[in-house]
Amino acid sequence: MKEFTYVRPAAVIEAVTLRAGRPGSRYLAGGTNLVDLMKIGVEQPDELIDVTGLGMDRIETTLDAGLRIGAAVSNSDLAVHPAVRQDFAALSQAILSGASGQLRNMATVGGNLLQRTRCAYFADISLPCNKRNPGSGCPALAGEHHNHAILGWSEHCVATHPSDMVVALMAYDATVEAHTPSGPVRIPISDFYRPVADTPHLETTLPEHALITGVTVPPAPPASSRYRKVRERASFAFATGSVAAALTVRAGAVHAVRIALGGAASHPWRASTAEAALLGEPATEDSFAKAAAAELAEARPLPHNQYKVALLRDLIVAVLGDLAVEAGA
Amino acid sequence: MTAVGSGRTRLEGHDKVTGAARYAGDVPADGLLHGWPVLATIPRGRITGIDTSAVQAMPGVVAVLHHGNSPRLVEGAGWTDADPNLQLLQDDRIPYAGWPVALVVAETFEQARAAAMALPVKYHAQPWDVTFSAAHPGLYTPDEVNLHQPSETAHGDLDAGLSASAVVLDRTYTTPEEHHNAMEPHAAIAQWVGGRLEVVDSNQGSYAVAQDLAKLFALDLSQVRVRSEHVGGGFGSKATTRPPAVLAAMAATVLCRPVRVVLTRRHMFSLVGYRPPTSQRIRLGAAPDGRLLAYEHLTATQTATTFEYVEPAGVVGKVMYAADALRIGHRVVRLDVPIPKWMRGPGEAPGAFALESAMDELAEKCGIDPIDLRIRNEPAVAPGSGRPFTSRNVVACYLEGAKRFGWYERDPRPGIRREGRWWLGTGMGAATYPGETAPATAAATAEIDGTVTIRITAADIGTGARTALAQIAADALSLPVEWIRMRIADSDFGPAILAGHSFGTASWGLAVDEACKALRARTTGTPTEPITVQVNTAELIQAMGRPERHAFGAQFAEVAVDVLSGEVRVRRLLGVYAIGRVVNPLTARSQLVGGMVWGLSMALHEEAVRDPAFGGHLNANLAGYHYAANADVPDIEVGWVDDPDLANPTGIKGAGEIGIVGVAAAIANAVWHATGIRHRNLPITPARVLATPPEGPRA
Repeated sequence: MKEFTYVRPAAVIEAVTLRAGRPGSRYLAGGTNLVDLMKIGVEQPDELIDVTGLGMDRIETTLDAGLRIGAAVSNSDLAVHPAVRQDFAALSQAILSGASGQLRNMATVGGNLLQRTRCAYFADISLPCNKRNPGSGCPALAGEHHNHAILGWSEHCVATHPSDMVVALMAYDATVEAHTPSGPVRIPISDFYRPVADTPHLETTLPEHALITGVTVPPAPPASSRYRKVRERASFAFATGSVAAALTVRAGAVHAVRIALGGAASHPWRASTAEAALLGEPATEDSFAKAAAAELAEARPLPHNQYKVALLRDLIVAVLGDLAVEAGA
Repeated sequence: MTAVGSGRTRLEGHDKVTGAARYAGDVPADGLLHGWPVLATIPRGRITGIDTSAVQAMPGVVAVLHHGNSPRLVEGAGWTDADPNLQLLQDDRIPYAGWPVALVVAETFEQARAAAMALPVKYHAQPWDVTFSAAHPGLYTPDEVNLHQPSETAHGDLDAGLSASAVVLDRTYTTPEEHHNAMEPHAAIAQWVGGRLEVVDSNQGSYAVAQDLAKLFALDLSQVRVRSEHVGGGFGSKATTRPPAVLAAMAATVLCRPVRVVLTRRHMFSLVGYRPPTSQRIRLGAAPDGRLLAYEHLTATQTATTFEYVEPAGVVGKVMYAADALRIGHRVVRLDVPIPKWMRGPGEAPGAFALESAMDELAEKCGIDPIDLRIRNEPAVAPGSGRPFTSRNVVACYLEGAKRFGWYERDPRPGIRREGRWWLGTGMGAATYPGETAPATAAATAEIDGTVTIRITAADIGTGARTALAQIAADALSLPVEWIRMRIADSDFGPAILAGHSFGTASWGLAVDEACKALRARTTGTPTEPITVQVNTAELIQAMGRPERHAFGAQFAEVAVDVLSGEVRVRRLLGVYAIGRVVNPLTARSQLVGGMVWGLSMALHEEAVRDPAFGGHLNANLAGYHYAANADVPDIEVGWVDDPDLANPTGIKGAGEIGIVGVAAAIANAVWHATGIRHRNLPITPARVLATPPEGPRA
């Protein structure tokens, strides 16, 4: 780990000014991802700007029954918040399915949005990786990729985004709030992650030096929601595939539906094709299966992650089926 | 009431949970320096340059040791065989990715790490091969497998047996490369004190480490002292000297200051041994009643270019079942990979996965209950040697286990039990491991306060050995356990077998028992001056010979499989064992449970991944290398049956390894019972379950 300095600003604007004035600096919140990456040399900041003391640690219910979540709220606090558990069940479930209790106590909402991939090539500085070292190549394509992306990847990078929380936020149409040197910005989560294209090192549309200050979530749809995650052990593993979904059924037909996928793409993946295919259709397993197949029609699995196509298809069908039963359809 | 046989918490338990117990990485020293091994990033070739200039100017850096400036080491050090992994920083050759090319020494741990990461090393890479396969053209038949056992064992006419068989099974089972991750990483601190090299090390046998260090540094054994008072897990990875002790001693010698070297998980993946992958072809030929006419067990595995370690997966066949014809063979290929070594249940753990899976398949083919099939093939003598067993109580394990588990209520048909999305099944497998005894020196001192001090170079690697030995001493002396002071893990106490091969308690226990009996013969009551007697059991053990003495067990598992997601959850595990006399039921149970958890992990999770294009590991950390998490581990029940066996007069057989043996097969057999699909390749991951969907309705 390279030596670094540590500063603790007292206000958001001070933090942003510090960050803008020092190109080699990084914001530090829970440190559960950044510090690990520093230990293995993937991140080598010369200054850490601690943003945990800036009053960004509150969860508020908005007047319209939506949520505003401070960027420094811990994953643990968010998961057990009564409003989250009651109205945004998939968000609570997604968070609790991630990492371990100790990590969730430290990890923050802002940091979770910016988690780096768990691709093994990214994590080893002796190996090529376009995300870490642009232009050096992507050995995962011909190498180890059994838990890599099947959707939205490019020949430059096939890594997945590891977050569970963001999969749920994607389904709930959240908006990311940030502060830049020139003032606050709001970015809908659907625009927050960039397509991989030929720039896998540029992961988000967050302006330079911006500090995420919070996330807003609009009122929950009048539907039950859930998150289901499949992984290689019962706890403390990243998703091989996950689904966050909400479903409203009226008179036996799909009235509203939200589906997002984890472990599937370079970023949490909103299954818009499946959603569109389901609207107005009977809330039956047959419809769910057709919609899931439509979503995964564009999947491009590699030799060792082909199992994910069937896995994600079956997960979508299973989760929607459970929600339909819950809705009494 | 005797102390032996009653459950006791660990003597050092309070120290451990309060943090008072010092491990090798915790021992303080004035002027302590920290060493960080820099690892080769190529799997084969030569170092063409190490530019230390910039790194030496970094904050806190004291030295950069490499092949060009490090002390010369004497060759030949190693326990039973010369270990090339101890010849550190001696030349420019790279035998595998992860080989130490330099040791950066600095005032703080962080400074050493920063400098190590900044050190430029240039290589000339040569073509490499790191990919094991059972069809590798480089496979050859070694003369011996692990610790000088014969590579091949055969009797009878195998081909005749197979052609006479009504039922023939021919299957190949594979196990992946598996790695050590004891809770405490390997660590050592070395310093010169009054002309002696003093080392506190995390190991399983301080005497052998002292011998290695004496040889490496051309010292008299009296000039070396190695201690390992507390060790946070060993499992074979700390059985003999590992690089931290050697590197710390090299740096301490050059710099004349105390030096500590602590390995990271990544270091551990290349420097402490691992279980190599196996591909095991098993052929079973049976009469219609299941009686074995032929049994062949051929193992292919990998080793390093620098050392021939052969995982002895076939040894289970020398113990488990009677067959008219038997053939066991091993082949191995040398690859540009780290040196494999012992990992809990070496040989038996992967071997029993193959054999006990095959027996389940044979039971299915013959339409016989798996336990009945095993009982029908109980041997009268050891199948490998033809010599009698000192005791063999595996049938009692089957029957007791079947009763406790509810085995006989089981419907043998696969794929017919559902609970929501879960498919349910049960399975079993047998276990065996040698119960051998090795020499040790023990001293017993009658103190003037009436207590007795025991000194022995035993290692308590978390098993409770210290406590068990105190219980044995207490009974031998007719004293309360509280009156026994245990001093262990100090090479000054004399030669003693290391904590490995399930040797420990049986071997040290015998020496402690002998020493205490000798002390009793010398003295009665409290002496006016301390009286010490010392014994060594070498002659006694020589006289015992090497009888066919083995522990046995039966493993039972219940699993739930979601065939849509590929998830496998183990719902119940039961192990029933015949392990001789149980000294401390509390810690013995923990050891057996630990072994079973590892067996579960082996069945479902563990697999090291290597990239052939670069030659190194891709998951050399605890996030990428999966072992069972707490949430994967169900309620585990452990029991044991009476197993009197005084071939070792203490009656102890050892509980270190047998807990892992057979568990993976019991789980794989249960997955078959749940789904109708045989999984012959470990681990049984979601991807593997999804790759072979069961027939019939899916939900």
